[in-house]
Amino acid sequence: MSTDAIIWPQLQTESRPITERLHEWVTTVDHKRLGVLYVLYAMFFLIVAGIEATIIRIQLIRPHNDFVSPQVFNRLFTMHGTTMIFFVIMPVLFGFANYLVPLMIGARDMAFPRLNAFSFWMTAFGGLLLYFSYVGASGLYGAGNAPDVGWFAYAPLTSKTFSIGNSTDYWTLSLLVSGVGSIGTAINLIATILCMRCPGMTLGRMPLLAWLNLTMGALVILAVSPLTAAQIMLLIDRHLGGHFFDTQAGGSAVIWMHFFWVFGHPEVYVLVIPAFAFASEIIPVFSRKAIFGYAAMVAATVSIAFVSMSVWAHHMFTVGMSSGANIFFVLSTMAIAVPTGIKIFNWLATIWGGKLRLQTPMLFCIAFLFQFLIAGLTGVTLGAAPFNWQLGNSYYVVAHFHYVIVGGILFTLFGAFYYWFPKVSGRMYNETLGQVHFWLFLIGFHLTFDFMHVPGILGMPRRIYTYEPGRGWDIWNLIVTIGVFFQAAGILVFVFNLVWSFFRGKVAGSDPWDAWTLEWSATSPPPVYNYAVIPTVRSRRPLWDIKHPEDPDWRYE
Amino acid sequence: MSRGSHTKWLRALLVFCAPASVLAEPASHVASPTSIFAPASTPAQSIFGLSMFVLAVVGGVFVVVFPLLAYSVVKFRDRHNDDHSEPPQIYGSNQVELAWIVVPILIVVGLFLATAHVIASIQNVTPPSGSTEVVVIGHQYWWEYRYPDLKIVTANELHVPVSDPAHPTPTFLTLLSADTDHSFWVPRLAGKTDLIPNHPNRMWIDPHEAGLFLGQCAQYCGTQHAKMLLRVYVQPREEFERWVRDQRQPANASSASSGISSGKRVFESTACTNCHTISGTAANGRFGPDLTHLMSRDTIAAGAAPNTPENLRLWIRNPDAIKPGSKMPAMGLSDQDVNALTAFLETLH
Ligand code: HEC
Ligand SMILES: [Cu+2]
Ligand SMILES: [Cu+2]
Repeated sequence: MSTDAIIWPQLQTESRPITERLHEWVTTVDHKRLGVLYVLYAMFFLIVAGIEATIIRIQLIRPHNDFVSPQVFNRLFTMHGTTMIFFVIMPVLFGFANYLVPLMIGARDMAFPRLNAFSFWMTAFGGLLLYFSYVGASGLYGAGNAPDVGWFAYAPLTSKTFSIGNSTDYWTLSLLVSGVGSIGTAINLIATILCMRCPGMTLGRMPLLAWLNLTMGALVILAVSPLTAAQIMLLIDRHLGGHFFDTQAGGSAVIWMHFFWVFGHPEVYVLVIPAFAFASEIIPVFSRKAIFGYAAMVAATVSIAFVSMSVWAHHMFTVGMSSGANIFFVLSTMAIAVPTGIKIFNWLATIWGGKLRLQTPMLFCIAFLFQFLIAGLTGVTLGAAPFNWQLGNSYYVVAHFHYVIVGGILFTLFGAFYYWFPKVSGRMYNETLGQVHFWLFLIGFHLTFDFMHVPGILGMPRRIYTYEPGRGWDIWNLIVTIGVFFQAAGILVFVFNLVWSFFRGKVAGSDPWDAWTLEWSATSPPPVYNYAVIPTVRSRRPLWDIKHPEDPDWRYE
Repeated sequence: MSRGSHTKWLRALLVFCAPASVLAEPASHVASPTSIFAPASTPAQSIFGLSMFVLAVVGGVFVVVFPLLAYSVVKFRDRHNDDHSEPPQIYGSNQVELAWIVVPILIVVGLFLATAHVIASIQNVTPPSGSTEVVVIGHQYWWEYRYPDLKIVTANELHVPVSDPAHPTPTFLTLLSADTDHSFWVPRLAGKTDLIPNHPNRMWIDPHEAGLFLGQCAQYCGTQHAKMLLRVYVQPREEFERWVRDQRQPANASSASSGISSGKRVFESTACTNCHTISGTAANGRFGPDLTHLMSRDTIAAGAAPNTPENLRLWIRNPDAIKPGSKMPAMGLSDQDVNALTAFLETLH
C-alpha cells in the first residue's frame, strides 16, 4: 500500500535557500502543508488569546483591582472571545481536517486544492485584519482601537452612535473575510469526502472522523452564511445609512441576536463535532477495540447537527420572548442531550472490556469524557429557561462554555496533537513531557473552570472589569485566576515538547500506535500525493484486516 | 510505566474531577447578598424550586455515569503482564444502545414538563389590583425609575413595598432602554430580563421581606457596564408610602444661605441643566439622573460610590475618578463653584 520510494519534498529542498522554501509554503496547494499552516497559525493565536485571558484574570483576581482600565478590559474580552473561536479553534480544526481527511479516505489531496489554499489565506488575513485594528482603528476620531463590543457584538452597541472610530468595522470585516474562507473549506471537505474515497470505502466504511467532518462541513455552510449576511447588513448600517440594527432609527436589536445565534449555536457543534471525531479515533485505538455502535455514532452526530439548527434562541431566554417560544426552545435544547448521551455511552462501551493504554493522547480523551459529561449536565441546567433567567450571562455560563470548549474541545485537540504528531513530523513526542503537560493542564483547568461556576451562582455577571467586595465572590475569583497559571505552564511544556521532539524525537515509523486507519499505512510524514498506489479497503479498519487476516472486520460489518 | 504508578494517577484523576460535581455548588451560597439560592420573592422562589429539581436530576445522572466511567478506566487499563493479544472485538449491541436512548428520553421529558410549568407560572401573570407599576429605563450606566401612577421620577435606587404572600401586592416592571441593551438582575428577587431599545419587556417581583436587595446590570452595555449596580429597597407599606410622599414634593426651595443660592446659580447657568432635572427649577434635562431628591439616595452614580459630600465633590469635579468612561463630562469648574454646587446639591432632600 505505502511506498518508501517517494521522498517528502522538504528533504530534497533542505539545501535550498530559505526564501525559496518559504515561497513553496506560501504558494502550496498541498493539503498536508495547508493543514500544517492552519495549525501553526492557530497555535500562534492560541498564545495571543491565552495572554489576553491571563490579563483578564489578573484584573479580576481581587475586587476593585486596577491592573487594566475598563476600556482595555472590554477590548481584551472581545478580542479573546473572537480570536479563540474564529482564529484558534476553527482553523486548528480545519487544519486537522485538511491533513487527515484525504489520508484517511485514501485520497491524494482535497477535491479543490486551489480553493483550499484560497480558504486558508482568507482565514489568515481575517485574523490579521482583526489585530490590525490595534493600529488602524482609531481613525480620525481618536476613538478607541480594537473592538470592544463583545464577541457577539449585540446591536445597537455596534452602531455608529455607540461605536465611533473603525474598531467595529475591523471586527466585522475580519469575520466576513474569514467566513468566506470557512465556507470554502466546508465545501471542499464535503466534496472530498463524497467524491474522493478510495475503492471499497463506502459511506458506511468511512472512519468516523470523515463522517464527523462531513457533518461539520454541512453545519459550517448552514451556520456561517447567516453570520456573513448579518455582517454585511451591519456594514450597510454603518456606512451606507441602513437601519437594520440601528435602534435609534427604528431598527431591531433583537434581529441581530437571532442572526448571531442562528450562527452561534450551530457553531458550538461546528467546533465540538471534530473534537468528537478525534475522540472517536483515539479511544478505540488506545482501548484496542473497534468503536462501539458505529451506526449509532453516525446517526447521533447527524441528528445533533439537525437539532442544533433549532435551538439558537436558548441564548435569548432573557430577551423577553413569549412563554410559548421559551417552551419550544427548552424542548429542542434538552432534546440534544439524547444523541449526546448516546455518544458518551458508546465511548464508554468502547472502553469497556478493552485493554486501555494510558498514554498522553488517551489521557486527554479520558479527561474529555469526564469533563464533557459535566459540561453536558450544566448545559441541561442552562437549558431550563427559568434557571437560565438566573444563570444566563453570569459567570456560570462562562464556566459552562469553557467546560465545553476547553474541557471538551481543547482536551481532545491536545490528544489529537500527540496522536498524529508522529505522522506529521515523523518523530515521537516525549511521553514524560506529554504527561506533565496533561497533569498541569488538568489541575489548571479544574481550578479555573470548576470554581468559576460558583460566582455565577452568587450573582456575578460576565464582562465586568471589576466587582464589589462583600458579595462572596472574592475567594472564587482568586482560585480561578491561580488555575490560569497552571494552564499556562502546561501550554509551555506542550509547545516545548513539540518543538524539541520535532528536531530530537525518536523516529516514529509509519505506525507507532499499532492503529487501524489508512493514514498509518503511509510513511511518516506521508509523501506528496500520499499514496503511490491508491489503497482498496474492505472494512472500516483496513489495517486491522491486514494485521489479523484470521479474523478480519469485513466478516462482521 | 509500572502498574503502581497507573493506580496512583488514576486516584489523582478522581480527586481532581470530584470538585467539579454540580452537586457541590448549592452549599456555597452562604454569605452572599446576591445568591440565586436565597430567594425572597415568588419568581425567584419558583426558579429556586425548579433549579433544585433540575440539579437533583442532573446530579443523579452524574452519580451514575461518573463512577461508571471511572470504574471502566481503572478496571480495563492495560496491565502489561499478560500476552499481547487484542481484547475481543465488540461492534455494538442493539438492546444496550436502545436502553441508552430510551432512558435519556424519559429524563428529558420529565425535565421539560417541570420547566414548562414554571415558565408559564412566571410569565403568564396579570397584575392584581394593588400592584405597583414602575417603568425602568436603562441608560448607559445608570437606571431611571418612573412610577406613572404615583407621578414619581427617581434614579438608581428602586423603592418597592413589601408584599405579603397572603395578600400579594407585587411590583410590575416595564423595561425600556434609552440606548443600548441592559439587563435587570436582582438575583434574590427574580431572574434577569433584558432592557432592549424598541422592545419593551415586563417582569414582576413580590418581595416577602423588607430590606435592601442588590444586583447589577447583566447585559454588556459599554465601558462602565461593571458599575451599573442595582439597589432595591423593599419597605413596609407605611414606610413606602412616606417615601412616596417625600418624593412627590418639589425640590427643597429654601436657599437660606448665600453659599447655597450661589451653588444654585452655578447649577442653573452651566450645562448641568441640559442633562439633569431638578423639579421646581429650570433644569429639566433627561440625559442624566433626576436630582430633585438626590440626598434621599444612599449612593451616587448607580451605586458606584456612597453619597457623601466628598464623593459628590469628587464626582462633580471629575466623574472619571469614580467611574472612568461614564457619560457625565468633567466640567472644569473652579474649586469655589464646585463647593457651592455641592452645598446646593446637599439641600436636595
Ligand atoms: C452631558 C450630560 C451631563 C452633564 C452636563 C452633567 N451631568 Fe451629571 N450626570 C450625567 C450622567 C449620564 C450621570 C449618570 C452617570 C452614571 O451613573 O454613570 C450623571 C450623574 C450625576 C450625579 C449623580 C446622580 C446619582 O444619583 O447617581 C450628580 C450628582 C450629577 N450628575 C451632578 C451634575 C452636576 C452638578 C452637573 C453640572 C456641573 C452635571 N451633573 C452635569 C450627565 C451629565
Ligand atoms: Cu447554544
Ligand atoms: Cu450593562
